[in-house]
Amino acid sequence: MGTIYHRGKRGRRATSWPETVRPPEELLAYIPEEARRKGLPWLPEVSQVELVRHYTALSRMNYGVDTGFYPLGSCTMKYNPKLHEELARHPGFADLHPLFPEEAVQGILELLWRLGALLKGIAGMPGITLQPAAGAHGELTGMLLIKRYFEARGELERRKVILLPDSAHGTNPASAAMAGFKVVPIPSNEHGTVDLRALEERLSEEVAGIMLTVPNTLGIFERDILRITEMVHEVGGLCYFDGANLNAFLGRARPGDMGADIFHFNLHKTFSTPHGGGGPGAGPLAVSEPLLPYLPVPRIVKEGDRFRLAYDLPESIGRVHPFFGNVLVMMKALAYILTLGDEGLREVSAGAVLAANYLRVRLRDVYAVPYDGLCKHEFVASTANLGVKARDVAKRLIDYGFHPPTVYFPLIVEEALMVEPTETEPLETLDAFVEAMRRIAAEARENPALLAEAPHKAPVRRLDEVKAAREPVLRENPPVSPG
Amino acid sequence: MVPQDLLYTESHEWVKVEDGTARVGITDYAQKKLGDVVYVELPDVGKKVKRGDVVVTVESVKAAESVYAPLSGEVAEVNRELISSPGIINQDPYGKGWLIVIKLEDRGELEGLLDPAAYGKLVGE
Repeated sequence: MGTIYHRGKRGRRATSWPETVRPPEELLAYIPEEARRKGLPWLPEVSQVELVRHYTALSRMNYGVDTGFYPLGSCTMKYNPKLHEELARHPGFADLHPLFPEEAVQGILELLWRLGALLKGIAGMPGITLQPAAGAHGELTGMLLIKRYFEARGELERRKVILLPDSAHGTNPASAAMAGFKVVPIPSNEHGTVDLRALEERLSEEVAGIMLTVPNTLGIFERDILRITEMVHEVGGLCYFDGANLNAFLGRARPGDMGADIFHFNLHKTFSTPHGGGGPGAGPLAVSEPLLPYLPVPRIVKEGDRFRLAYDLPESIGRVHPFFGNVLVMMKALAYILTLGDEGLREVSAGAVLAANYLRVRLRDVYAVPYDGLCKHEFVASTANLGVKARDVAKRLIDYGFHPPTVYFPLIVEEALMVEPTETEPLETLDAFVEAMRRIAAEARENPALLAEAPHKAPVRRLDEVKAAREPVLRENPPVSPG
Repeated sequence: MVPQDLLYTESHEWVKVEDGTARVGITDYAQKKLGDVVYVELPDVGKKVKRGDVVVTVESVKAAESVYAPLSGEVAEVNRELISSPGIINQDPYGKGWLIVIKLEDRGELEGLLDPAAYGKLVGE
């Protein structure tokens, strides 16, 4: 189907507009000649029924958590409770303006403060900022905190290196590099975890810190985590934990107890707020004692039973987001935590780990699972044993009505399929996914062309990803040029 | 089949020594692993590099991979044709798909590279 611009006719309208109070020619006098358009803008001109049908048709082509299973690894595409949307739209939240005086917004400041306190408890760490807009923004904020920490100690000149396991999320090296650090990779061992000897070799007084995804992108918990953080601390470095995979141990273990100095949450993953197109996200950051002075501003301070926004903190790295971050996302996450409570949050991680292991065990006789063993919230399978591409299996899954898993990541597994079912799926859905995956494996042997040409039932067929990347069309052109 | 007139690295770069310079590219094995290359980020001519520095980034639909300088020196030439036609790397990795030319600083570093037999063994050919 075409875009909205390809519907309708010149002059057609979906709504009627009032006459302007003054004639347009008169208003034009207020706009300087050089700022006036030479021609009419290209705007869609459609009737109301065309408008509604266009967007309804688009919405029906869409695939989301509300339409089906979405096992996109490391993205934690769990169900987003609808109550949270209603809460966030409450006029008491939605009608607030960020420039309201503090006395007028005590309620929401208290809720933000309480969310911060709960997240500190979950992380087992003494400091928090709610400001970062998403995980990678949290990473960059964390890297800037590390920089400021070493700057204050007069060590920034020599602390140039951030260590990163080769299974890390792609955003990790990007964040470290953006903050000006040199990234040094650490190879994984045969268990898919950090190789302690390789870590030892790379440790020196040049190391500013390590970035770890816990559990890692293979869904494997770093069993040497205490030793790893101890080793990094011994050379004076700091430990950053990427919390994208918190769903694996929510309520059961605390990064603070494992030696983390910085830990980012993805409220849009672990705490059920909408993700991807349904965002925005939020990536709060918990920090250890030595980093407290450097946290971004504004900070919410509790004085007696009043709440205040503190800006005048000279050691702070400053602002990282306009105003106070994505506040309504935080309200949804707070509702999630309060609804589930301690026991409920523990059930989340239990359910997520159980679902991932269920799928792993039911698929491992058909698909290779290179780092097989008890996993956490996700596992990585490979199509290499079937002689087909991960991409082709992913496309064929679309025909079976499922969103494909993450493909070609982590890079240390060939033809990788990274599967994260989350805790919110009923057993029947997991079984249907297993059934589809097993049938696709059979098709791969009997009729590989069926996979290579998939999807067959989606609104569009196989897209030419290479052409799209080499010759991107970033702008729609008018079907006829406007007058 | 690994070309016999080149030297190699364990990170799948090839090196062709030409007088005081070295032409550098990625091997056929590397381009196959990457898949269709869609973007190449080249360094500025004149940039000083040390052996092991990331000098070029090659991006495919699947992944973005770093190309490490196999030798220290100064970037003397870059293959500008790759900017508009990155697919050349897939079609002709050892020829028209070359990435950069480095003006060598220390010929002694050539000792550290793999010969065709050793590289062939590494990639199982």
